[in-house]
Amino acid sequence: MKLKLVVIGNGMAGMRTVDELIQTAPDRYDITVFGAEPHGNYNRIMLTPVLFGAKSVADIMIHDFDWYLKNRVTLYCGPDKAVVDVDRERRCVIAHDGTCAFYDKLLIATGSLPLMLDIPGRDVEGVLGFRDIADVETMIKKAASKRHAVILGGGLLGLEAANGLLQRGMQVSVINRADHLLNRQLDHKAAAFLQRQLADKGIQFHLGTTIQRIDSRDRHISAVELSNGQVLPADMLIMSTGIKPNISLAKRIGLDCQHGIVVDDRMRTSDPAIFSVGECVQHRGELFGLVAPVYEQAKVCAQQLAGQADSQFKTLSSATMLKVTGIDLFSVGDFEGDSECQILQLIDHGLGIYKKIVLRGDIVVGVILYGDTSDSAWYLNLVKESTPIAAIRDRLMFGRIPLARAA
Amino acid sequence: MNTIKTTCPYCGVGCGIEATVEDRSAHRVSIKGDSNHPANFGKLCSKGATLGDTVSLENRLLYPSIHGQRVNWDSALNHVAERFNAIIAQHGPEAVAFYVSGQLLTEDYYVANKLMKGFIGTANIDTNSRLCMSSAVVGYKRAFGADTVPCNYEDLELAELILLVGSNAAWCHPIAFQRIRKAKENNPNLKIVVIDPRATASCDIADLHLPVKPGMDGLLFNGILTYLQQNSRIDRTYVDTHTDGFELALSEAMTTAGSIEQVAAGCGLTTEAVSTLFDWFASTEKTVTVYSQGINQSSSGSDKCNAIINCHLATGRIGKPGMGPFSFTGQPNAMGGREVGGLANTLAAHMDLENPEHVDRVGRFWGSANIADKQGLKAVAMFDAIAAGQIKAVWIMATNPVVSMPDADKVKRALQHCELVVVSDCIANTDTSQLAHVLLPATGWSEKDGTVTNLERRISRQRPLFPASGEAKHDWWIISQVGQRMGFKDAFNYQSSADVFREHAALSAFENDAEHQQRDFNLSAFAELDGPSYNALQPVQWPVTNQQTAGTARMFADGQYFTANRKARFIPIIPRPPVNAPDTDYPFTLNTGRLRDQWHTMTRTSLAAKLNAHRPEPFVEIHPADAERLGLAARSLAQVQSLWGSMLARVELNSGQQMGSLFVPMHWTAQLSSHGRMGALVNPVVDPQSGQPESKQTPVKIKAWPAQWYATILSRRPLQITGAEYQVSVRGDRYFRYELASTERGKDWRAWSRNLLAAVEHREDDHCWLEYSDQQAGHYRTAYLPDHELQACLLIGPDCELPEPGWLGSLFGKKELSRAERLSLLSGQPPKGEADIGRIVCSCFNVGEKTIRHAVQAQQIQSVAGISACLSAGSGCGSCVAELKEFLPKPS
Repeated sequence: MKLKLVVIGNGMAGMRTVDELIQTAPDRYDITVFGAEPHGNYNRIMLTPVLFGAKSVADIMIHDFDWYLKNRVTLYCGPDKAVVDVDRERRCVIAHDGTCAFYDKLLIATGSLPLMLDIPGRDVEGVLGFRDIADVETMIKKAASKRHAVILGGGLLGLEAANGLLQRGMQVSVINRADHLLNRQLDHKAAAFLQRQLADKGIQFHLGTTIQRIDSRDRHISAVELSNGQVLPADMLIMSTGIKPNISLAKRIGLDCQHGIVVDDRMRTSDPAIFSVGECVQHRGELFGLVAPVYEQAKVCAQQLAGQADSQFKTLSSATMLKVTGIDLFSVGDFEGDSECQILQLIDHGLGIYKKIVLRGDIVVGVILYGDTSDSAWYLNLVKESTPIAAIRDRLMFGRIPLARAA
Repeated sequence: MNTIKTTCPYCGVGCGIEATVEDRSAHRVSIKGDSNHPANFGKLCSKGATLGDTVSLENRLLYPSIHGQRVNWDSALNHVAERFNAIIAQHGPEAVAFYVSGQLLTEDYYVANKLMKGFIGTANIDTNSRLCMSSAVVGYKRAFGADTVPCNYEDLELAELILLVGSNAAWCHPIAFQRIRKAKENNPNLKIVVIDPRATASCDIADLHLPVKPGMDGLLFNGILTYLQQNSRIDRTYVDTHTDGFELALSEAMTTAGSIEQVAAGCGLTTEAVSTLFDWFASTEKTVTVYSQGINQSSSGSDKCNAIINCHLATGRIGKPGMGPFSFTGQPNAMGGREVGGLANTLAAHMDLENPEHVDRVGRFWGSANIADKQGLKAVAMFDAIAAGQIKAVWIMATNPVVSMPDADKVKRALQHCELVVVSDCIANTDTSQLAHVLLPATGWSEKDGTVTNLERRISRQRPLFPASGEAKHDWWIISQVGQRMGFKDAFNYQSSADVFREHAALSAFENDAEHQQRDFNLSAFAELDGPSYNALQPVQWPVTNQQTAGTARMFADGQYFTANRKARFIPIIPRPPVNAPDTDYPFTLNTGRLRDQWHTMTRTSLAAKLNAHRPEPFVEIHPADAERLGLAARSLAQVQSLWGSMLARVELNSGQQMGSLFVPMHWTAQLSSHGRMGALVNPVVDPQSGQPESKQTPVKIKAWPAQWYATILSRRPLQITGAEYQVSVRGDRYFRYELASTERGKDWRAWSRNLLAAVEHREDDHCWLEYSDQQAGHYRTAYLPDHELQACLLIGPDCELPEPGWLGSLFGKKELSRAERLSLLSGQPPKGEADIGRIVCSCFNVGEKTIRHAVQAQQIQSVAGISACLSAGSGCGSCVAELKEFLPKPS
C-alpha cells in the first residue's frame, strides 16, 4: 500500500518537490496538495511579464488542473481550502472548510508574504503588495483608469512593478529608504547607472526617504506624504519593502521556528514526519528568496521523501541574476568589499556597462555585472569554487577564459 | 597608367622596380619588382615592396630656409655660397667640409666631389659610406691596386661554398640572400657557413655557424691561409704568376695562427668547427666569401678584408665563375660614391689623391688649377675638427650623422657649435636638420633622376615617378648652383643629370689606357651618351667601354690587376682584437646592426606602417643567462651605457647572442625615441687605414631601468606627450602608437589620459569613454570613442606586461565598434572567436604570429612551404622564412 504525502502550499517550491518526487519514485505516495490561491501552480517570477501584458495567466502556469488529474495528485485549492491546522498526533491536515487529509509525510511549503509596513492610513483600498495573481490583476485593473502609481521600495520587485505600471501608462514614482536602488544587490555606481537608465524611461525617484502617511478619499488612497514633507498624488501604492517567511501555521502547530521554519540539511523540520522547503524555511540561519536554491531544496527533499537518505542541501553563495526591464544585472557575494579587498572595475559609459570584481587576496569574493551578464555563470563559479585568479587577473574582467589558459 | 622602371633606394643589392603611378597628384604608386632586372628578377624585400607607402609629403622638406625663416632659392643659394666663400677667404679651404651620403645618386655625388676637391681645393668631403664599407675599399685597393669588386650575384649561384662573414644578409641584403637560399635548394652540395658572433636569421640556411669572438675574424682567415699551406692547397702557379708578397703574408699567418687549436682558442670556437671550416675551404674550389659590416666596422677592418682576400689569392679563386672575395655594401649608391671619389681619401673616377699624375689629370680634365692633392678628413676626424672649431662650415647632404656616427652626442655638440651648418635633405625633421642654419629641400627617391651602382658594379637608372614636391631640387642642381655662385660658373653649368653623367663617364675614360696605366673604372661607352639613351639606359656592369659595350660580368679573369706590375698583392696580417676591451666597469661588448624592416635612421621606412610592425621599438638583445644574472626581464627597459653615452632599450632574450655580448639595432633617432639613439654609445675608434669606426665593438654595461609604470597609447591623431621620460613613437596603419615609461610615480591617470587623448569638449563627457582599473595592481586603461569610432586608447601598467597592440590597432580601421569589441577593447585582445593575429612576422602579407601558430597547429603544417601555401607568409620577400621555421613542430 502507498504512503500518504500531503503538501501545504501549491507554489513553486512545493510543486517542484512533487514533480521531482514523481519522477524519482512515481509509485511511492498518494499525494494531496492544499493551495490557498484558486489556481494551479504558476511561476511567480513571471508575474512581471503578466503585469507588462507580455504574458497571460495561462502562459505562466507550470501545472494546470489537467496535470493534477493526469498525475493523480489530489488538489484542494482556493480560500476555503487554506489549511488552518495540523494534528501532528493523528497526522491529519485540516482546511478552513473542514477538509481533512491524513499523511505519512507532510511537506510545508507556505512560502512568504509581502512585508506590509505599518504606515498610518494604510488600511484603505489601493494599497497592496506584489506577490500573487490577485495583486497583479488589481494593478492591471487600476492602471486602466488611474494615473499615479507610487512604489515603496527600490528593490528588485519594486522596480519591476514600477516598470510594469509605467508600461501600462501610469506615472510612476519610486520611494526608497536607502539612497541607492537595489542596495542589497548593487553598489552605488551600478545603482547610479540603473537609476539613470530608468529615469530616462520616465520613472521618478525619491531616494533616502520613506512614506510617513497615506491620505485617502472615500476609503481609497489619494496621496502619500513623504518623510521629507513632499506630498505625491497616489492612486495606488505598491508595498515592496521585502518579504517575510509565512510561518504562522508552522508556529501554531509547534514546529521549531525562528525567522523561518528551521530545517536540517535533509529539509526535515523538528518533526521527523514533516519536511519544509522554499521561502518559508530557515536553513543554517539563512532565509531564501531566489528560485535556484529553492529548487535545490526541492530536489533534496524529493530524494529524502523517495527514501534516498544521502542527499543533503548545501547553501550556495547567494547570487542575484536579474533582469529589470531589459537591463541585465548580476551580483554575487561581497560586492562592496572591505579595506583588505582589491577592486577591479570596467565601465563603458557609452553603452551603460559597469562591471566590478572584488578580490580578497587572489580569490574573487564579489561581483557586480551591470549591462552585460554574459559571463555571470563563470564568475559565480569562481566565487563558489574560490578559484585562485592571480594568473588571469589581467584578463579576469574581460570574460570567461578557458581554464587551461588560467592554469 | 604610367609604368616606370627604376631602382630601389635601400640596400646595396640594387633591385629593379616597376612603379605604376596611379595618381600623380596624390603621390599614389604601386610598386613591384622588375622581372627583367638582373639583380632581383622581380623579387623585392619588405622594404622595397612598401616604397609606395613612403612617398607621401608627410615630413617632407619642401622649402629652403635660413635660421628657420622660409626664403626663396636665390637667397638660400647666395647665402650658402657667400658664407662658404667668406669662411674660405678668412680661414682657408680646410675650414669647410661636405658630409655626403650613399643615398645620393652618382650625378649628385660627382658634382659634390668636383666642387670640393676640384674647386674649393680641399678633400674635406667624406660620406656616410665611411661608416659602412671604407675598409672594404682599402682591402680591395691594397690587394688589387684598385677598388674593384671582382664578383657578381651569379657567382653566388655557381658557388659550392659560401662564407657569410659579418653579414646578416637575410635581413640586410634580403634579395641577394634569397638568391643564395634558392641556389642551395637547387644545389644540395652548396654549403653555407655563417661566421658571426650572433646566431642571426642568416644562420637559417647555414650548414655551419661559427660564433666567432667579436673582432677576431682576421685570425680565422690567417688560420685558413696557414691550413692551405700545411695541406698543400696553395695554387703555386697562380701565386707565382699573378701575385706579390705571398711569403711574408704566409709567415705572419703561420706565426699568429699556426694551428687549428691556436685559432680556435683565439676565436672562441671549437676545434671541430674550425677544422670543418678549414677543410671545406681547402677542398672547395668554387668558394665565395661574402663580407659586410661585421668585417668592415672594425679598427682592423681593412686587415680583415685583406686576410680574406689573401685566402682567395692563395688559391687563385678569383675572377672565375663561382668564386671570389665579395664585399656587400650597405647603401644603394655606396658604389657610385666610390666611383666618383666621394671619400676623403680618394680623388675621382677611381684615381688617387696621392698620385700626382692622377691629380694632374683630373685637374686638367676639370680645368682647375686649385685641385686638392692630399687626403681630407675622414668622417670621425671631420666631426672632431668641427668640434675643435677647425672646420667652421659644413654642408651635410642626405644623411643623419647625429644618429649614425659613433660618439653621436659629441657630433651633436659639434654641430651645435659650428658656425655654419647647411643641410640638404628630402626630410624635414631629422636629428641633424634640427641643428641646421640653412635647410635646402632636395628631391626624394620618387622624384630623383640619375644613376646608382649596386654591389656587383651594376649601374641602373633611378627614374622620377612624380615631379619634384614643393620647391625641392635635385642635389646636383643645388650643388651646381652654389658652385656657380662661389665663382665657378663654367665648371658647374649643368643642364641635366645626363650632362653630369656624360662628364663622369668621360672622366673615367680620360687617359685610361695602357699608356697611362689602365684603371679599372671605365665608362668610355657612355662618354657621348645622348639624353634619350641616358633615359633608356639598361642595367649594366662596369667597366663599359667602347670595346666592351655590354659591360663586364667578372673582373680579373685574366689575372691582371691594376697595380704597377699588374700583380695582386698579399698583405701580411697581424690580427688585432678591438681597441676597447670589456672590463669590470663595462663588461659587455655592444654590437650594432640593422633590422629586417627598417632602413638607416628610419626617416623614410618609419612612414610605412607595415614596416614598423616587425620590431616597433629600440631593443637590446642579451643572452638569457646574462639577463637572469642581472635581473633583466624580457620586455622590460634596460639602460645600456658606455663611456661615451647611454640609451634605453627593451630587453629581448636571445640565446643566439653570445654571453657577454649585446646587440642593439642602429635605426632609432631622437625624432622617434627619447633614448633610443645607439650612436651615442659607440666608441669613436677607427681603423687606421680606412678611418671606418669600430661600430660593432664598444664596451658597455647594462642594468635594469627602474620604471614605475609603462604605457601604450594608440591614437588616430598624433599626440604631444609630456610626462614620460621614455617615449617611442611608431606609425601604425591609421593610428600612431606611443610606448611610454617613467621612473616617476604614477599620477591621476584619469585626468592625465583625458587631457592627452581627447578634444577639449569631450574630456568630461563620460559617454565618450571606456575605463578599466585595477588600482592596487597599478593598472589603468581607457579608450576614447566619440560617436562609437575608436579615436584613442591608453593602457598603463606597473610593468612591461602590457597587451600586444596588434588587435587594438586593427580597430582603427573600423567605422564603428561592435558591442563585443568594445567590451574586449581594454583587454587588448579580441572577443572570443575573433582572431588576434599577434605580432607581425610576415610584413609582405601582414601575417601575425598567432595566425601562424594557430594554422600550424590546426592543419598540422610541417614545413615553411606549408605555411606559405596556407597563409602566403614567407612567399613574398622571404626574409621571414627563418622566423617561420620557429613555428614548426620541433623534431622530437
